[in-house]
Amino acid sequence: MKGNVQIRSQNVNLYYGPAKVLKDITFDIFDHTVTALIGPSGCGKSSWLRCLNRMNDYIAGARVEGEILIDEHDIYARDTDVIALRRNVGMVFQKPNPFPMSIYDNVAYGPRLHGVRSREQLDGIVERSLRGAALWTEVKDKLTSSGIGLSGGQQQRLCIARAIATEPKILLMDEPTSALDPMATARIEELVRDLKKNFTVVIVTHNMQQAARVSDFTAFFLLGELVEYEVTTKIFTAPDDKRTEDYITGRFG
Amino acid sequence: MNRRRAVNGFMTAILWASAAFLVLLLLAILIYVGVNGRQPLSWEFLTEPPRDSMTRGGISTPLVGTMQLVIVSMFFALPIGVVTGLYFAEYSRDGLFTKILRLAIRSLAGVPSVVFGLFGLSLFVVTLGFGSSLLSAGLTLGCLTLPLIVTASEQAFRAVPQDYRDASYALGATKWQTIVKVVLPAASSTVITGAILSIGRVAGETAPIIFTGAAFYAPDIAKSLFDEVMALPYHIMVLATAGVNIEATRPIQYATVLVLLALVLGVSSVGVVMRRRLRRSGR
Repeated sequence: MKGNVQIRSQNVNLYYGPAKVLKDITFDIFDHTVTALIGPSGCGKSSWLRCLNRMNDYIAGARVEGEILIDEHDIYARDTDVIALRRNVGMVFQKPNPFPMSIYDNVAYGPRLHGVRSREQLDGIVERSLRGAALWTEVKDKLTSSGIGLSGGQQQRLCIARAIATEPKILLMDEPTSALDPMATARIEELVRDLKKNFTVVIVTHNMQQAARVSDFTAFFLLGELVEYEVTTKIFTAPDDKRTEDYITGRFG
Repeated sequence: MNRRRAVNGFMTAILWASAAFLVLLLLAILIYVGVNGRQPLSWEFLTEPPRDSMTRGGISTPLVGTMQLVIVSMFFALPIGVVTGLYFAEYSRDGLFTKILRLAIRSLAGVPSVVFGLFGLSLFVVTLGFGSSLLSAGLTLGCLTLPLIVTASEQAFRAVPQDYRDASYALGATKWQTIVKVVLPAASSTVITGAILSIGRVAGETAPIIFTGAAFYAPDIAKSLFDEVMALPYHIMVLATAGVNIEATRPIQYATVLVLLALVLGVSSVGVVMRRRLRRSGR
C-alpha cells in the first residue's frame, strides 16, 4: 500500500512567538493516499497542515524549525518560490469561502494568476475542475452566476474545484465538512476518496468516523506532538498507544 | 414601586420628545423653505442664469458650478482617500507612524471648514498660483472631504472577510494580486457609497470656497479649471447679505435653498439606500 514519499516532515517545531505549538513532528506522507489528521482542538494538526503551504507565514511571530520536504525539496529553504509551492499544494478551508464572483471566475482564479489567458484553455480547465469536484452537472448551465448563491455543500465543492484548477499534486483540507450538513458531508467524503486518484490528500478532521471512512493513513496529534501515525484500519482497531486508544474511544477530546 | 414606574414613564416621555423634536425641526425647516421658495421654482429657474443684478432669472450657473466643484473635488480626493484607506487596512502596522497618521486624519476631520478655506487660499490660490478658480476651490473641498473618504474606505476594506484573502493566498496570489482581484472588487460598492455620502458634504460647504474660487457673480459657467465659479451655498449667502435689493431676491433665496437642500438630501439618501442594500445583501 505504501508508495513514494511525497511529504516528509523532519523534526518540525513550530512557534507562535514564545509558544511552542508543534514538537518534533516527524513522519512521511505517501503519494496518492488520503491521510487524516485527528486530535482534540488545539493539538496542532491544523497548524502542521498550514506549514505545508506556508500559510503560517502570515501569522506574526510564527517560526518553523526542522525540515518539510515536498518531493524532496525543502519548502522552507531560501530558494523556495512560495507562489509555485502553493500552486503545487492546494488548500480547502473549514468554512466554504468562494469569492464573490461568478462560478467560472472562481475556478479560473488560480490558472489566471499563473498566466493562463486563452479563453479556450480556461474553459477546459474550468470544466475539468468542476467535474473533478463533482459539481459540473449541477452548475454547467449557470457558470456566470455568483458562487455565493450556491448551497453550502456546493460552495465547498466549488472551493475544491478552485483548488484543483491549478493542478496541484497535494490537496490540503482543513476540516472541510465541519460547516456542512450530513448530506453535503457525505458527498464531500465520497469526493475525497475519489480525489486520491489524482492527488495526495491531507485532511484535518474532528470527526473520527470521517477519518475512518475516507483515509488510508491516520495521524493522531496531541498537545503539539505526533502520538501515532499508522494505517487507518490499524489505528482504529488496534492502536499502539494508550492515548490514541483513549481518544478514539471517546474518553477525552 | 409607583415612583419607579413614574420615573420610567417620565424618562420615556423625555426621550421620545427629544426624538420627536428632531424630526419636527427637520420638517419645520423643509416646510418653511418649501413654502417660501415654491413660487419661483420652475424648469426655467433651474436652467437660466441670474438676471437683473440677480433679482430675476434662475440659478443655472451656481447649480452647474456646484456640480463642477463636486467633480473636481472627487477627482482629487477619491483616489488619494481610497489609497490611504487601503494603506491603513492592508499595510499599516501598529507603529508610531500609523499612530501619527491616524491622529493627523482625525484632526483633519475636526478642523473648521473656514480654516480649510484659508489654507486653500494660501496653498492653491497663492503659492501654487492657481488663482481664485474652480481648481483651487475644488481642491480645497477635496482636502475637506479627504478624512471622510479615508475612514469610509478603510472600513470598507476591513469589512472584506479574511477568508477571501486566505483563499487567494492559498492559490498562489501575491498580496497585490489579492488586493486588486479580490479586496477592491469586494469593497468597491461600499467605497462608492462612502464617496456619495461625502458628496453631500462637499456640495453644501460655503466657507472653504469663498476665498478660493467662488464668484459673487459670473456671467457664465466655468469653461476651464482656472475660471471662477458660482456655487449654490455661496450664491445663497450673496443673495441674503450682499445683493443690490435683498428684499426683491427673497423668493429666489428660498428657492435656491430648496434646490441645494434637495440636492444634498437627494445625494445622501442615494448613499443611504445603497448602504442599506449592501447590508441586506449580507456582506
